[in-house]
Amino acid sequence: MTDKRIKTKQTHPPSRRAFLRGAAATGAGLAASAASAQTAPDPLITEVQDWASGTGDGVDATPYGLPIEFESDVIRRNVAWLTADTISSINFTPIHALDGTITPQGCAFERHHSGAIELSKSDYRLMIHGLVDTPLVFTYADLERFPRINKTFFLECAANTGMEWAGAQLNGAQFTHGMIHNMEYSGVSLRSLLSEAGLSAAGDFKDKWVYVEGADASSNGRSIPLEKALDDVMIAFKANGEALRKEHGYPVRLVVPGWEGNMWVKWLRRIEITDQAIESREETSKYTDTLEDGTARKWTWVMDAKSVVTSPSPQAPITHGKGPLVITGLAWSGRGAITGVDVTIDGGKTWQKARLAAPGQPMALTRFYLDIDWDGSEMYLQSRAHDDTGYVQPTKTQLREVRGLNSVYHNNCIQTWWVKKNGEAENVEVS
Amino acid sequence: MSKYLKLALVTAITTGSLSAPVLAAGLGVGRAALPEEIAAWDKDIAPDGTGLPVGSGSVEYGEEIFSETCASCHGEFAEGVDNWPTLSGGFGTLDREDPVKTVGSYWPYLSTTYDYIRRSMPFGGAQTLSDDDVYAMVAYILYSNDLVDDDFVLSNENFLEVEMPNAGGFIVDDRVVTEYPHFTSETACYEDCKDTVEITMRAAVLDVTPIEDTPEPVIEATQEAAVEAAPVVETPTTVTAAAFDADLAAKGEKVFKKCKACHQVGEGAKNRVGPMLNGVVGASVAHVDGFKYSNDLLAAKDAGRVWDEALISEFLAKPKSVFKKTKMSFAGLKKDSEIAAVIEYLKSVSQ
Ligand code: HEC
Ligand code: HEC
Repeated sequence: MTDKRIKTKQTHPPSRRAFLRGAAATGAGLAASAASAQTAPDPLITEVQDWASGTGDGVDATPYGLPIEFESDVIRRNVAWLTADTISSINFTPIHALDGTITPQGCAFERHHSGAIELSKSDYRLMIHGLVDTPLVFTYADLERFPRINKTFFLECAANTGMEWAGAQLNGAQFTHGMIHNMEYSGVSLRSLLSEAGLSAAGDFKDKWVYVEGADASSNGRSIPLEKALDDVMIAFKANGEALRKEHGYPVRLVVPGWEGNMWVKWLRRIEITDQAIESREETSKYTDTLEDGTARKWTWVMDAKSVVTSPSPQAPITHGKGPLVITGLAWSGRGAITGVDVTIDGGKTWQKARLAAPGQPMALTRFYLDIDWDGSEMYLQSRAHDDTGYVQPTKTQLREVRGLNSVYHNNCIQTWWVKKNGEAENVEVS
Repeated sequence: MSKYLKLALVTAITTGSLSAPVLAAGLGVGRAALPEEIAAWDKDIAPDGTGLPVGSGSVEYGEEIFSETCASCHGEFAEGVDNWPTLSGGFGTLDREDPVKTVGSYWPYLSTTYDYIRRSMPFGGAQTLSDDDVYAMVAYILYSNDLVDDDFVLSNENFLEVEMPNAGGFIVDDRVVTEYPHFTSETACYEDCKDTVEITMRAAVLDVTPIEDTPEPVIEATQEAAVEAAPVVETPTTVTAAAFDADLAAKGEKVFKKCKACHQVGEGAKNRVGPMLNGVVGASVAHVDGFKYSNDLLAAKDAGRVWDEALISEFLAKPKSVFKKTKMSFAGLKKDSEIAAVIEYLKSVSQ
């Protein structure tokens, strides 16, 4: 994920294309007959089906369940050419196929710098030291004794949509916007752990930092201003009600609301209060934003407001022909709550306000819907998010005017899907 | 940012300035960290040199060990092999559309290089280098970027004297000034926002979207299958007469994840940092023709030594205790059960 790369590839996926074409054709057929009456009775209704006669699985069949086989394509996918090795790489959440706002852990994207390690609760240790009154070591069981909190936040990788800076590149919301997930975390506030160690040694908080690192070989060390650490940073051990998955940092990860995913250190093992930023590899070589003149922005932690239509989209074409159509997507802001989402179907000539499934929550995903009567003509579909700071999501052109073309990270531009008459969609840029 | 800063300030004032109640009341949970424990984990090095260990290393020695332990991925001159990171060159490219960001062209502080290599490299064998070796590696990377001469010796004494070309190339996040005032809801247009809309670029033109049904690399597929399915080990090749314990081999497949950064097995396995390991159990030491083994392994081969289970076990427990100068920079497996399992797995992937 560290570098954007445009490579040309000869052929198009034959089978997926074929599938989409087939699906779209069927859709059109159905639409045509939808108004007319069914001529022959539907055997699924008139005949007794196996499942209505025999029995299903017993309660001991699946002590811990996976999705039913029919959903086997709703999975994380990676892009092989992005990185030299899958051990230091990334995969993408299938956001095109999900609804609501909570991302199931099993398909929530992963990014590791040295692979997902296996660290048991009994082998887990967390150290707090540096400018504290008493350096401390906690076991996992210790952490469970601090006052517990539950909060839902999105985590977005700074490189999400990064491959799209130079131009429309990947065909699917999963690939363009899938480095994101949204989970309900249970854990403790970092503030309560720091207060246990005592912060009088830190003096003035304003110019102090916490350096956080993981137990894996990459360590993925990051410097976070002490003020943010005391504000809303969490030490999480459960997500969506159950233990964190290995790939998300079992048994303990950091949650840094609204800030880039790389700072959410997994397998968290050490917290050091320092009087300067460490300027680790992850905050210099990576996750900094090169501007047009070659200088780079650093400490660009916050993830600005962003949204994307998840369906229809290239992996989720319209299969039912014209008529009622549900346009849906996700919006989020690292600076607060989403207050509104606008959708255009004509590439931005006119915009209408989408319906939010629920009022926006700070630094968490918001689901939006726009229910339209599709006339079957081409659409240039876009969405644009507003947050409670009064910020509106910019276009790619607007961002490029400020940052130029040599950037990678923090691309929160408006995305366009070109929906064709047959219901297929493609990732495009428009004037 | 501005809102956050304000918020943070309030937090700091209400909780920080005096020993506020929230921060004062302890639960008495946790125990004091011992100095030895802190020393073991506190390895970070700050831009001003805080944390640098005493030591030194020369470009000359660095070149030798870089070639042995790093070049397979990063190239002999740190120029990067295939998709592996490039560590040198790229000067004058930062204002181009595809900037080449390396230690030389981009990294603002040398401390980061030392910190990162000591903590995380070589990939798959992190924390196996001595402090002096890290100095030598860093010296060599500087040399490969034309930043020091070939007789240069880097030490904690002269560390801060090295000038990094892009030290002044960073500014602190300025979106609050350069972006936020321009992207406001107030200015959002709803009607007649533009006359025409035309496609200016299509993803399909250079479609790089992964194909749904591309066969995954064989090793990957095998592993997934093995994780999900029963303890039957699905090996890509037919299993030869050599009997093996399938349960144990399945455990060994998990252990083998620790080796994967450097070794491949299964159909189409290639040499990477380490040789491919198909059929290694029972084969002669240095069993792959054409792989650049260390002299220690080559000598053992000439002496007719064979990778029987005893020798492999010893080697995997502590590589350098068996072959002092082996190129395998791997700390070793701590548990005998892991060693037994991984050997069983290696047996299961023959040829
Ligand atoms: C098996 C391949 C491999 C070997 C051997 C290896 N590296 Fe790396 N190196 C990597 C990978 C992969 C990364 C990027 C890791 C990530 O994504 O976090 C990397 C990153 C780096 C970086 C940071 C590059 C950047 O631009 O951020 C440096 C510096 C580095 N390695 C130095 C070394 C040195 C010195 C050695 C020898 C001791 C070494 N590496 C051996 C694979 C390797
Ligand atoms: C950091 C890279 C690295 C890792 C990790 C690593 N190896 Fe190696 N391995 C090597 C290299 C390099 C050699 C060649 C050694 C030499 O020439 O001295 C080697 C050699 C070997 C050999 C001898 C091969 C022969 O042809 O003689 C065996 C067996 C082996 N490794 C097994 C393993 C196993 C099992 C693991 C995981 C538990 C592992 N290695 C982890 C790099 C690695």
